[in-house]
Amino acid sequence: MKISHVSIMIAFLLSVLSTSAVYADSESKGWFFSKSSSPGVAPVTNNAYKEECGACHFPYQPGFLPARSWEKLLSTTSLENHFGENAELDEATRSEILNYAISNAADKSSHKRSKKMNASIGSGDTPLRITEVSYFKKEHDEIPKRLVADNAKVKTLSNCKACHEKADEGIFKEDTVSIPGHGRWND
Amino acid sequence: MKGIVCKKTSLVFVLLLQAPLISATTLDDAMTYYSDSGSLSFDAVRGEKLWHKKNTAEDGSTRSCGTCHGDDLTKSGKHKKTGKVIDPMALSANPDRYKDMKKIKKWFKRNCKWTMGRECSSQEKGDVLKYLSQLK
Repeated sequence: MKISHVSIMIAFLLSVLSTSAVYADSESKGWFFSKSSSPGVAPVTNNAYKEECGACHFPYQPGFLPARSWEKLLSTTSLENHFGENAELDEATRSEILNYAISNAADKSSHKRSKKMNASIGSGDTPLRITEVSYFKKEHDEIPKRLVADNAKVKTLSNCKACHEKADEGIFKEDTVSIPGHGRWND
Repeated sequence: MKGIVCKKTSLVFVLLLQAPLISATTLDDAMTYYSDSGSLSFDAVRGEKLWHKKNTAEDGSTRSCGTCHGDDLTKSGKHKKTGKVIDPMALSANPDRYKDMKKIKKWFKRNCKWTMGRECSSQEKGDVLKYLSQLK
């Protein structure tokens, strides 16, 4: 009798655990497995990074790319031609920003989105665009062109803030998305 | 008592008179900076010409300051690629601009290089600043 009670309990526990695993989505309610991970990506706390990287576009959090990507992107030569723009910085500022980026890169972060981004990048790859990363592409692959490229208020997936209301906080959950001219994204 | 009050009031008054001198516009300071210790003199018309000049970049594109800043400098401009709003360049429309010499140097370096493929000379920088300071 005791043994059968124990096995029922074990069976019950196992089913509870596997159920929570099934229902765990990206910004998890799967607390059981991911208690130590913070949701989203770490918000930017460095003022120089925020100001300089946010001068022309959304200051993408360093937690979106691995350290090796930031090394490449923020080298002196790269900044002279930053996707067709001149983003040169004085050496002291560049160093500060680079160090901040490397220290908070996706491969150093315990934040959930960072881990997912990093896990989807091959160890031999050094992506220079967040929008080229596998995990990012998968998360956005259902969005039709008319809501992004053909949407005057969005234009490109690089324009995070156009739709992600809490982008500045590092939160990119679906229920914080509102696409201009369309509204909430309902899967 | 009266004597002390008079002294205090006049001291405050004198200090207030100094205020415009203490907080002189940084745009003037910037022009002084580029004037090569006063040996260069600046001309707003020359600055305006340089501002509106169309340059051909290495990739074949035509670039001018107006590409991002727009043609009416009393209004906001927009970054050509990202659409980010850029506050007006005319001092008259944006008196809070030009307060940080570090920023002035940074943007001149980047934007002259991007627009014209080279750094601007002190003469050119001063002329442009003169133009921007006088725009109504």
